[in-house]
Amino acid sequence: MKLNNLDMDLLHSIAELRGIPKGAVNIRRDGEAVIRQSSPNILISSTLGDKPGLLVEIKPGTRNETVHVPVILTKPGFQDKVYNTFIVGEDADATIIAGCGIHNEGHGHSQHDGIHEIIVRRGGKLKYIEKHYGEGNGKGKNVLNPTTIITVEKDASAELEMVQIKGVDDTIRKTVAHVHEKANLKIVERLLTQGVQRAESDIEIIIEGNGGAAQVLSRAVAQENSFQIFRAALIGKTSCLGHVECDAILMDKARIKSIPELMAEDAEAVLTHEAAIGKIAGEQLIKLMTLGLTEKEAVDAILEGFLR
Amino acid sequence: MLKLENIWMQIASDNGEDKEILRGINLQFEQGKLYAITGPNGGGKTSLAKVIMGIYQPSQGKIYLNGEDISDLSITERAHRGIAYAFQAPPRFKGLTIKDVLGIAAPQAEPLQQRKYLRDVGLCPEDYLDRDLGPGLSGGEIKRIEMAQLLLRDNSLAIFDEPEAGVDLWTIQKLITLLVSSYKNNPDKTAIIITHNEKILPICDEIIVIEEGVVAGRGSSSEIWHLIKDEIECKVRNQCQGEMIYEIK
Repeated sequence: MKLNNLDMDLLHSIAELRGIPKGAVNIRRDGEAVIRQSSPNILISSTLGDKPGLLVEIKPGTRNETVHVPVILTKPGFQDKVYNTFIVGEDADATIIAGCGIHNEGHGHSQHDGIHEIIVRRGGKLKYIEKHYGEGNGKGKNVLNPTTIITVEKDASAELEMVQIKGVDDTIRKTVAHVHEKANLKIVERLLTQGVQRAESDIEIIIEGNGGAAQVLSRAVAQENSFQIFRAALIGKTSCLGHVECDAILMDKARIKSIPELMAEDAEAVLTHEAAIGKIAGEQLIKLMTLGLTEKEAVDAILEGFLR
Repeated sequence: MLKLENIWMQIASDNGEDKEILRGINLQFEQGKLYAITGPNGGGKTSLAKVIMGIYQPSQGKIYLNGEDISDLSITERAHRGIAYAFQAPPRFKGLTIKDVLGIAAPQAEPLQQRKYLRDVGLCPEDYLDRDLGPGLSGGEIKRIEMAQLLLRDNSLAIFDEPEAGVDLWTIQKLITLLVSSYKNNPDKTAIIITHNEKILPICDEIIVIEEGVVAGRGSSSEIWHLIKDEIECKVRNQCQGEMIYEIK
């Protein structure tokens, strides 16, 4: 099945694709896999039953390989739900590029609920990138509700980069992570909301193994009348390190609620959080204006950098 | 040429009453010269610089640049006319890299030029270009990057607000060399340096002393340097957190 220009534009927005990438790839459009190919080290297969989706297996010892699994919705009012499982084998080093783009020209809501379970086996290393984007002139909402459940086994590491670019009217993002002995997890989340959009992000990280470490860096920009809720709970059950950082820029009449939560169950657990919500500092704008930008250009430059 | 004509500026003080920060400043700055503005803390030096850049609005007076009245121009418009200002305490940005900000300062500059000016201020481009201009940098590093932005930017009037503050002694000498090579006897450029530094003051063609919002003294460095040394006694006031206090006798 061919991909049209609209499909390719969406794929470019969420996965920077200009064509079908080499290597392992699965492109899902309106509930169907339109392109699927495995590679010698990354196998993609379907899971059936009451939780249909993909099983992506990255073989142990795989080095520097990437798998693309983007989803696009172009049928107005289409509702999609998928359960994907990713297994990064022992000592493998791989990148997963997921993400979802919606183009909605209709009156009904287009919605994608992606439930991803990720297991990074011992010594494995994963970079996971998930970008969300919505567009279209329809009155129907673009709704994206991603759930990510990740287990980082002993000596493994994972970095999750989760970005909401723009155009998503409603989102409830849930992330649950289990971090084992000497494992390392970093979650970077960047959200932009505009108009009357609403975004809710709920992250829970349980550090279960000695020497485990986890870090959450959240950057949020809420404009116009939008609303965001950010909750990050960090639970240290052992001698471990954990840090949550939430920075948010608030503009117009938008609102942001940030709820960091730390729970230490071991005297050797070191858990910290910091949160800052506020408008763009006037001195930052003035500084960029002294370099020749207009006030609007200065705002755009600051937001672009902040959300990059 | 920059001409300040009868510049007055007020701010609301802590007790709610208006306080005169600048009181009838008349000054002229010629191209090809390096000027120092010095004087006691709170005397109005930074306020004057910000009035020139358009950050503060004077309550009275006119500013002319090369004969054009720029009093009503915005900060951006003044920047486009070649005025540049290096902040005393530059703001930090989360997410904007040093390369980003150098790119904003001089969009036409080649990457090689960015690297050159970072090296000139004593920073290794490989280590710094991709770093955030954020809280991870020291005050001295931020000041040097601020200076690199101004040097990279094509400006005809550059104002440096205490470029030496927070910068180590070795780097100050480097900065002095840069200031001299970039501005001294350059017929297209003027530099105004707000400074208390005894090494920077003598390199300037003219020194202007601002105190309590007025020009308290002015002369060529040869005329006024000995005067400053003799007449301006630099004291460290006892138990005053090391703040330098100048007193005009």
